[in-house]
Amino acid sequence: MDTINWALVDWSRAQFALTALYHWIFVPLTLGLSFILAILETIYVKTGNEKWLQIEKFWMKLFGINFAIGVATGIILEFEFGTNWSNYSWFVGDIFGAPLAIEGIMAFFMESTFIAIMFFGWNKVSRKTHLLATWLTAIGTNLSALWILVANGWMQNPAGMSFNPDTMRNEMHNFLDVLFNPVAVNKFIHTVSSAYTFAALFVVAVSAWYLLRNRHTEQAKYSMLVASAFGIVAILMNLFTGDGSAKQVAKYQPMKLAAMEGLYEGRSGAPLIAFGIATQSKENPRKQDIHGIEIPNFLSILAFNDPDAFVPGIKDLVHGNKEHGIPSYRERIESGKIAIDALAAYKKAKKAGNTQEAKKQLALFKEHFKDFGYGYYYGRDPHELIPPVAITFYSFHLMVIFGTWFLILFIWLYAELFRNKLENKKWLLRLAVISFPLGFLAQEFGWITAEVGRQPWVIQDLMPNMVAVSHIETSSVMITFFLFLITFTALLIAEIKIMTNAIKKGF
Amino acid sequence: MFEQMSYETLQAYWWIIIAFLGGALVFLLLVQGGQTLFNELAETDEEKSVLVNIIGHKWEFTFTTLVVFGGAFFASFPLFYSTSFGGAYWVWMLILFAFIVQAVSYEYRKKKGNFLGSKMYDTFLYINGVIAPLLLGIALSTFFTGNSFSVHKERILRIGQNVEAVISRWDTPWHGLDALWNGFHGAWFQNLMLGLTVLFLARTNALLYIKKMTGENSILERISKKLKINAGLFLLFFMIWLIRLMFIPGFAVNNSGKIVLENGKYFHNLITNPFTAVFLITGVILVLYGLYAGIFKTLDKAFWYAAGGTVLTVMALFFLTGFNHTAYYPSITDLQSSLTIHNSSSSRFTLVVMSYVSLMVPFVLAYIWWAWKALDVHKYDVKEIKQEEIKY
Ligand code: HDD
Ligand code: HEM
Ligand code: HEM
Repeated sequence: MDTINWALVDWSRAQFALTALYHWIFVPLTLGLSFILAILETIYVKTGNEKWLQIEKFWMKLFGINFAIGVATGIILEFEFGTNWSNYSWFVGDIFGAPLAIEGIMAFFMESTFIAIMFFGWNKVSRKTHLLATWLTAIGTNLSALWILVANGWMQNPAGMSFNPDTMRNEMHNFLDVLFNPVAVNKFIHTVSSAYTFAALFVVAVSAWYLLRNRHTEQAKYSMLVASAFGIVAILMNLFTGDGSAKQVAKYQPMKLAAMEGLYEGRSGAPLIAFGIATQSKENPRKQDIHGIEIPNFLSILAFNDPDAFVPGIKDLVHGNKEHGIPSYRERIESGKIAIDALAAYKKAKKAGNTQEAKKQLALFKEHFKDFGYGYYYGRDPHELIPPVAITFYSFHLMVIFGTWFLILFIWLYAELFRNKLENKKWLLRLAVISFPLGFLAQEFGWITAEVGRQPWVIQDLMPNMVAVSHIETSSVMITFFLFLITFTALLIAEIKIMTNAIKKGF
Repeated sequence: MFEQMSYETLQAYWWIIIAFLGGALVFLLLVQGGQTLFNELAETDEEKSVLVNIIGHKWEFTFTTLVVFGGAFFASFPLFYSTSFGGAYWVWMLILFAFIVQAVSYEYRKKKGNFLGSKMYDTFLYINGVIAPLLLGIALSTFFTGNSFSVHKERILRIGQNVEAVISRWDTPWHGLDALWNGFHGAWFQNLMLGLTVLFLARTNALLYIKKMTGENSILERISKKLKINAGLFLLFFMIWLIRLMFIPGFAVNNSGKIVLENGKYFHNLITNPFTAVFLITGVILVLYGLYAGIFKTLDKAFWYAAGGTVLTVMALFFLTGFNHTAYYPSITDLQSSLTIHNSSSSRFTLVVMSYVSLMVPFVLAYIWWAWKALDVHKYDVKEIKQEEIKY
């Protein structure tokens, strides 16, 4: 009999995914638009030309509409770690809580204080002070991204901590290792640059819409100029760090990489799928067949910077690969079980005052700790450790395809603006308008790749999702799930309607 | 410098920070209190707009303080975070919902195309205004009256039975709502009293703040009467709660580290810890003086007396429940599972790191103070609001 309450696990995951995906609808716009506002205001203060002020105030209005709902969705995420992932919160609170608290003290206050000055301080503080407040708002929002991504990066690659058998949880021993975790650093840049890209796409799309209707032509062109330049820088940063992300994934989460590419059989000189589809395999119910156009050796390059490098596939990871020194999941599960049992024996021996035995068990525990989380799969099918391949595969590929398109789009727009021909290129303007939803999708696909691809781990190799949940009734989680769904959807509709109204009204 | 401190000192230091954030939060609930007053104080739409803008400019501070309070608790006392949030699920979820609907309401209430209609957003503000102070007050009271849960760390070693592997478990299916009918030494009554105290305190502080911030005479006239009633109710509920608190059994840690019930524990804590007593007495005097000045002397400063007093009083409550060998988050169903600041804190290393981070707090307070002052340079009235370009 299965004694895991999968319904609870799945509803809790669904609720977290729902709230996180909603949060991420609004946050990228805040992150990027805050910088665009700061740039516009700087130009205004430098040139003294009221035209720039008018442009800034227009975008600021849209910024405000979006900001409020970002805040509304954020508060839930913060507390959800406690409400729905309570075991997790305790197991790693020592490390994970710190970035969250720092985020609050350092970033959220900065953001919420200076945003008030930015909106309501026009006639109350000097022009220079106001400019400073606008910059500080931008910096504050981006600092909040830093800390939360440090926290998330840590879950993908737990660093700077060790397990304390006496308190039975993980404890931080090096803060800088947590902060400068290579996964976190890369993730931060990739994520914020994707947000800048998205915000640039937003400004570009709205401006293109005005140009198509011959409204506010001048303001639209100026906005477009700033946004497409900002966009080029952002998307370059983004693509560059996306490559970095893939390398981190290859190093720390090989299963995620295999799922991203639908790679079942590991190989040297592995190709990258440029376009492809995944279909359910007929022979093997656990397998997706991938059909697509391959770019030879590119996956090996993407993952290891070496065209001939061996990239392990799902099979190699589950069943092990002696030649490349990869242990099988069965071995890791056995090893994890030893770690958990040794910890129990250690506690018992310590209580009984048997120091000899305690020491022995502790040594055993330490030796096997790296597989700790696998131990929870004892007596289960190791295939449960494979993430959903099709979802991960599609999300990853669409993100990359869209990203490549954005680079082309920004450069193109910028060039046409430069040649002063943009108004006549109706179809390019239309492409710019429809690229905005693609930008949104690329963002969400990025998160889905990152988060679905690491299932079932909540903390890589240490804690699977089934052990992380709270002890609550599934029905409670279902109720809150639907409450969130209804509330957030209603608020989203409100936001979109208010936003379109404001855009129709114009500068 | 924090490296030299003992583990116990660091835990106490962080408890003081939590207490401060809690105090700041209760004070800032004046935003919520204000939201319950819009309809009572305004007769015309224009007057309402004045009130909404006075209060609305501050909503982010309260919201952010709540978030930081949560984050700081997570980092410094993670076992509380997982036990209380994962256990008292429904109470926290209700509080959170009340804040979600608040966050958008100011921005959206008067915007064109706002989908739900202005009325709905005003209702959201009202709901948030009542629910948040009431439930936060009740939750705070359970720090003294206890909850039903158990904590066993060994559970995490149970392979293949996930819900059984959860270390903190709530013992009633009501997940926190049981605070309203928990019969343990009249806990429900005690909890309700503190909930009402916080609600009326929030309203009182809001009245003092609006009084300081508006130049609109018609509103000012209405405030005077309201102030007396709300201040009176607040004092009544608080006195009942405080006096009862001195007599109910408290949750003490005895010499062998066991948690035991002790009659008059909180009274002992008060008289044996001068620090706590000074905070409580100063706090109460400041609040009383603020009320007196606000009602009878029309001092602009009255608000600041009440504000300072509120923070100090709430801090004293946290000291009462956390210091002096007391379990601050007691369990009535499994006494030994009760949380103390020593058994629920982060590791020493984390506390040291976080203590360095805490050095930023004065700096943060300084710029918040500056921004508050910069925005409150002049009083609001109907004429002024009409001229504002950006408003709620
Ligand atoms: C700091 C940590 C953190 C951060 C910044 C994010 N997440 Fe996450 N996410 C988690 C921590 C986490 C988690 C708590 O660890 C979950 C819940 C269960 C799980 O396995 O991971 C999770 C699950 C989870 C899932 C469900 C995956 C599945 O169960 O199959 C999705 C789709 C997302 N998240 C998406 C996002 C998005 C769109 C984010 C951007 C805002 C995001 N996550 C940020
Ligand atoms: C699970 C993880 C997350 C948690 C717990 C979380 C928490 C929060 C909270 C509590 C707020 C409201 C803050 C306030 O009071 O002003 C917020 C807003 C914000 N968050 Fe998140 N967040 C998460 C994910 C992210 C990510 C991944 C990013 C960026 C990379 C991000 C960026 C922001 C920004 C920029 C804001 C403020 C602007 C806005 O509200 O639109 N958050 N978040
Ligand atoms: C050549 C293009 C790109 C590559 C190779 C790439 C690669 C990656 C990889 C490997 C991840 C997973 C990281 C992890 O699991 O830790 C990721 C995540 C993500 N990507 Fe991309 N990406 C590209 C373009 C884009 C674009 C265009 C956007 C959005 C505009 C985007 C947004 C995101 C986001 C939001 C995440 C989640 C945050 C994170 O884990 O870093 N990416 N990307």
